[in-house]
Amino acid sequence: MMNTATNAVVVENLEKRFGGFVAVNRVSFEVAKGEIFGFLGPNGAGKSTTIRMLCGILAPTAGRGVVAGYDIYTQSEKIKANIGYMSQKFSLYQDLTVEENINFYSGIYCIPAELKEERKNWVLEMAGLREHRRRPTALLSGGWKQRLALGCAILHQPPIVFLDEPTSGVDPISRRAFWDLIYDLSGRGVTVFVTTHYMDEAEYCDRLGLIYRGELVALGEPERLKRDLMAEDVLEVLCEHPETAMGEIEQLPGVKEAALFGRGLHVVATDGEAAAGEIGELLARSGRRIERIEKIVPSLEDVFVSLIEARDRAEQPQAEVKR
Amino acid sequence: MLERLRNMLIKEFIQVFRDPRMRMVIFVIPCFQMLVIGYAVSTDVKHVRTAVYDLDESRQSRDLVAAFSRSGYFDVVEHIADERRIREILDRGEATAVLRLQHGFAGDLLAGRTAELQVLVDGTDSNTANIVLGYAVKIAQAYSEKMLVRRFERRLGAIRIPGRIELESRAWFNENLESRNFYVPGVLVIIVTLMTLLLTSMSVVREKEIGTMEQIMVTPITPVEFILGKTVPFAIIGYAVVFLVTSIAVFWFEVPMRGNFGTLLFGAGLYILTMLGAGLFISTISGTQQQAMISTFFFFFPAMLLSGFAFPIANMPEPVQWLTLVNPLRYFLIIIRAIFLKGVGLEILWPNFLALGLMAATMLTLSVRRFHKTL
Ligand SMILES: Nc1ncnc2c1ncn2[C@@H]1O[C@H](COP(=O)(O)OP(=O)(O)O)[C@@H](O)[C@H]1O
Ligand SMILES: [Mg+2]
Repeated sequence: MMNTATNAVVVENLEKRFGGFVAVNRVSFEVAKGEIFGFLGPNGAGKSTTIRMLCGILAPTAGRGVVAGYDIYTQSEKIKANIGYMSQKFSLYQDLTVEENINFYSGIYCIPAELKEERKNWVLEMAGLREHRRRPTALLSGGWKQRLALGCAILHQPPIVFLDEPTSGVDPISRRAFWDLIYDLSGRGVTVFVTTHYMDEAEYCDRLGLIYRGELVALGEPERLKRDLMAEDVLEVLCEHPETAMGEIEQLPGVKEAALFGRGLHVVATDGEAAAGEIGELLARSGRRIERIEKIVPSLEDVFVSLIEARDRAEQPQAEVKR
Repeated sequence: MLERLRNMLIKEFIQVFRDPRMRMVIFVIPCFQMLVIGYAVSTDVKHVRTAVYDLDESRQSRDLVAAFSRSGYFDVVEHIADERRIREILDRGEATAVLRLQHGFAGDLLAGRTAELQVLVDGTDSNTANIVLGYAVKIAQAYSEKMLVRRFERRLGAIRIPGRIELESRAWFNENLESRNFYVPGVLVIIVTLMTLLLTSMSVVREKEIGTMEQIMVTPITPVEFILGKTVPFAIIGYAVVFLVTSIAVFWFEVPMRGNFGTLLFGAGLYILTMLGAGLFISTISGTQQQAMISTFFFFFPAMLLSGFAFPIANMPEPVQWLTLVNPLRYFLIIIRAIFLKGVGLEILWPNFLALGLMAATMLTLSVRRFHKTL
C-alpha cells in the first residue's frame, strides 16, 4: 500500500477544509527520495495549505500522510526534526544580522557546538553572503534574503526540504541562482518539494503535481504531461498583427482557443493539420503576411490551461444546476 | 532544551535593545510616566481660588474672610462687587469657590441670631468640591465658636466653658494624608502592568504577523521552550522596571518604604508572572499587533478601574466588589501599598500573595495549553 521505504512523502486522500470551504480536496501522490517534486498551481490553489499539513503545522481534516517515514498526525515533532521548511513569506528576523539569524537557527536546531562554525560557513558560502555576514537582514536584496532563508532551513541538514514559492518576487538571475542551489541539494540526495506558479520553473522539476482549486489535476514528469495529457494539438502561428488575427482564428470551427504567446499565437485545435490549413487560408484572405504555422510540442502552460479549462467546463453546468 | 532557550533569549534581547523605540518604551517612558503622574495625581486640595462677595463689609465679615485665607486652603483672588460676576467667575473657572456674605451679617451675629455665610463651589469635580465644602464648614464652625465664647465673656465675665469633645483625627501610615504616598505606589503597579502585558503579547503577535512564527513552528522547538523564551526576557525587563520605578518613588518622591524590599520583589515576581500569562493568552487570541493592543486595553482599563487604584473598592456595589476578587491588580496594589506605607510583611499579606500565586499559575497554565505549535 503506502510505500514509505523509497518515498520521502506519501499522501493519500489528504483533505483540508476551512469551515465549509475545501482548500485541499483529497489529493494523493508520492514523492520519491532524492527527487525534485514540483507543486504547480495558481494562487489560492492550495499549495501552501498542502505543504503546511505535510510540515505538521496544520492539521488535515481527512486523509493520510507520511513524511520521512513519520505520520503527519501523530509524529509531527519527529517530522520537524527531519525536514527543512521555507515558508512563502520571507520569515527571518529582519532586525538581526545575517550571522545572528544563522546562529539563532543553529541554536534552535541544537547543532552540536563543534559543528556550528562549519555549518555557518557552509551556509554563508552557499548563499554568497560571506562579506555581508554582519549586515542587518533587512538590508539584503530579495535574492540574498531567499538564499539565506534556505540556508537557515537546511542548517541541520535535513533529508527533505519543503520550499513554498521560494523564488516569488525575485529577479530572474537570482531565480536561476536559487535553482542551482536546489539542484545542488538534490545532487546530495536531498528530496526537494517545491511549490511554484512559474511555468518555466516547473520544467526544472523531476516530477510535477498540478493543483487547481484544491484538486490534483495531473501528476507526472513534465515531458510525459506535455506528451500525454493534451488531447488537442497546439499550433504556433507567427503572422502580422497577431492581436487582431486572434479573434478571427478563434471563430474557426475546429479551433478551441487562441492566445498570444511571445510574438505570435498559440492555437489549440482538435485536429492540428486541418486547422493549420484553415488558418493559412484565413490569414491569406485578410492579407496578413504569414511567417510560420507549425504544430509544436505544447508548453506546460498549454497543458495546464487546457486541463483547467476542461475542468471548468465540466463544473459550470453543475454550478448552474445548483443555482 | 537549555541551548534552545539560551538562543531564544539572545535573540529577544538583541531585538529589544537594538530597536531605539523599544529602549525608549522600556527605560525612558516608565520614568517619564512616573514623574508626570507622580506630580499630577494628587487629590490634596490646597490654595483654592476663592472670590468674595461681601455685601456687609463689616469688621465681622472681614474677620471671617480673613479666617478663610489664613487657613491656607483658600486664596482670595477677587472681591466681587456685582452679583452677576459670581456666575461668570465660576463659569470661566477663574475661581473654584465664592464666599457670599449678606447685608446684616454682623448685625445678626451681634444680636445673637444666626448669621448666614453662603459658600458656592464649582461642583464639576465633585471630589474637590466635597473637600472644599468640608474645609469651609470647619472654618466657619471654628469662627462661630470663637464668637460664642466672646459673647459669653462679655455678658458673664470670664467663664469656664464646659468640657467638650473635640475630634482629633489622625491617619496612621500616611500621617499627613499625602495623596502622593497613596498614588505613587499605585502608579508603579500600573506601569509594570502595562509594560509586561504589552511587551509579551506584542512580541508573540509580531512574530505571527511577520511570519517568523510559522518558521519557528516547523523547528523541533517545544511549546514550553518557546513560551519560556518569550516570557523570561520580559520578566527580567519587568523586574528592571520595578527597580527603576521604585527608585523614583523612594528617592525622588520620598514615598516611605517601610516594609521589606525583598517581600516587594517576591510579590512583583508573582504579579509579573500573572501578567506574562495574561499577555501570552492575549497573543493566542490575536492575529495582529493591533488586535493585541486592543485586547490588552480591553483587559487593562476595567482591571485598573476595579483595582482600588483610584476608587476605593469598599465604595463599589457589592457584585462589583466580588468581581474585583479575580483582579490581579487588586492584590498587587494591596501588597505594594502595604509594604510601602504600613511596612507589614508576609505574616499579614499572605492571602494576597496566595491569590496572586494562584492567578499566575492559572494564567500560565491556560495560555500554555492554548498555545499550540499549529497554525
Ligand atoms: N487559515 C485559513 N482559513 C481560511 N481559508 C484559508 C486559510 N488558509 C488558506 N485558506 C484558503 O485556502 C485556499 C488555498 O490557499 P493556499 O494554500 O494558501 O493557496 P496557494 O498557496 O496555492 O496560493 C485559498 O482560497 C485560501 O484563501
Ligand atoms: Mg501559497
